[in-house]
Amino acid sequence: MARIIVVTSGKGGVGKTTTSAAIAMGLAKRGHKTAVIDFDVGLRNLDLIMGCERRVVYDFVNVINGEASLNQALIRDKNCNQLYILPASQTRDKDALTLEGVGRVLEEMSKDFQYIVCDSPAGIEKGAYLALYYADDAFVVTNPEVSSVRDSDRMLGILASKSRRAERNEEPVKEYLLLTRYDPSRVKSGEMLGLDDVQDILSLQLLGIIPESKSVLSASNAGIPVILDEKSEAGQAYEDVVARYLGEDRPLRFIDDKRGFFRKLFGGRS
Amino acid sequence: MTTSSSVLEFKSSTFFSPILILYSNDLAAIEQSLQDKINRAPDFFKNSPLIIDLRELNKSGLDISVIEVAGMLRKIGMFPIGVRGGNEQQDKQAHKLSIPVDAGRENDSIVATSAAASRKEIETQALEQDSVENNEIRNPASSASRIASVSTPPEPVRSMLITQPVRSGQRIYARGDLIVMSQVSAGAEIMAEGNIHVYNTLRGRALAGVQGNTTARIFCLDLQAELISISGDYKTSEHLTEQIQKRPVQIYLQDHALIIKEIA
Ligand SMILES: Nc1ncnc2c1ncn2[C@@H]1O[C@H](COP(=O)(O)OP(=O)(O)OP(=O)(O)O)[C@@H](O)[C@H]1O
Ligand SMILES: [Mg+2]
Repeated sequence: MARIIVVTSGKGGVGKTTTSAAIAMGLAKRGHKTAVIDFDVGLRNLDLIMGCERRVVYDFVNVINGEASLNQALIRDKNCNQLYILPASQTRDKDALTLEGVGRVLEEMSKDFQYIVCDSPAGIEKGAYLALYYADDAFVVTNPEVSSVRDSDRMLGILASKSRRAERNEEPVKEYLLLTRYDPSRVKSGEMLGLDDVQDILSLQLLGIIPESKSVLSASNAGIPVILDEKSEAGQAYEDVVARYLGEDRPLRFIDDKRGFFRKLFGGRS
Repeated sequence: MTTSSSVLEFKSSTFFSPILILYSNDLAAIEQSLQDKINRAPDFFKNSPLIIDLRELNKSGLDISVIEVAGMLRKIGMFPIGVRGGNEQQDKQAHKLSIPVDAGRENDSIVATSAAASRKEIETQALEQDSVENNEIRNPASSASRIASVSTPPEPVRSMLITQPVRSGQRIYARGDLIVMSQVSAGAEIMAEGNIHVYNTLRGRALAGVQGNTTARIFCLDLQAELISISGDYKTSEHLTEQIQKRPVQIYLQDHALIIKEIA
């Protein structure tokens, strides 16, 4: 049986797709057969970040409608043969996904995969609901700002009341916090919330902090999940996230303002 | 294979819905008044389910057609899902529209006249307030009429215990006392007909004594609430002073004023 992970946030543009690609790759690289599904019907971009957009023939909606088999639609990743991508349809709208259809596909995939990562669309509407409904674990992606934290809190409420586990009164969905686009210098200057401020409100198990990093954009332009960029801080931070998720103990990195020292020295703003 | 047991399941559950009590049979006036409310809080009333309560109307001998009321409600974007307190004719009309009729509560709906009068007072107060939440709380408050007649002793209500965080967007309603061990987030709403205890940080809204119990109290370890209310009298975060934040407090009602006291 696969473990189903939803990467969710409520707020848009916080780094869900970046995170889905990175952790799916991280799990697969460690030898776990993993699939990552794009639930953002109509706005697909997981395939771009995974660099497989030119190999898309069939998509998630085709599989749900029985127009293609899972094997036809799943795309094997070019860098890791344990990783498969199920792209979203670009031409349909969100109503093409149904709760029953999603359940059927996830059940079939569960027989074959160890981890299934569901990349949720933004918002709290149907698409986000379908992405989280079957989840066992939730990675709640949050940026260190008030509106993102509030939306994450809202998402956590939905996970606790609307997921299948909640409906069936089973053990609740395991919720983890992933603080992304963290910029220590802006935290220090008070422009952004710090980890403590966020945890004060959400009090979740912290899986990691991903620093704001230019390498994320270059990685997505190159179509390679940033976790494969071992030199980048964001890549290393995602590597830590996967390790912690799998039970390893890793100290937190990239939360201090390295530039602070020089700034103090020269009085600059940088 | 589909067996009968996997196709469906019955669960008992409660469904939260505002109750619309009519005091007039002037359809145009009702529509106007509702429209005003909707304009003030479009998100709250859009697609809202509604139970139509005709008891007061029938008490004053005023007739109204359920078909017309339901039609008007649907027109302005609400979903009538139940009728109560109607006469035979009105129940028939409801049936015709496939709207369920709640007839099983005749016993506990007998309210002393003085109580009815004060309820009306509360109702108008609520109408004057801008806060939708208050209106919404008021509606069940004034209509549920749990002031039972002598022949039916009140059923005992147990307190409700919540150990999971109450997140933004979640609402909790307790018939008796409500005890929350975890945090209550901003954007969450907890309500109780009795007292509310929060043994953690309270950032959302807390409304105690929502059926009119003025002796209800709110206790909390760290008060950062958006709104606190006892029996409809409320304070918003604007009026909560800094010095009582992050200290254990109790809140009670004295002459319609909310008193917030640190628990020494
Ligand atoms: N750690 C980071 N550092 C810098 N830029 C980042 C980081 N994480 C994400 N971004 C950038 O933020 C933008 C949004 O990221 P992404 O598409 O992953 O978010 P999303 O939550 O999936 O968005 P949507 O809600 O639209 O699906 C992208 O341009 C991405 O490159
Ligand atoms: Mg995305």
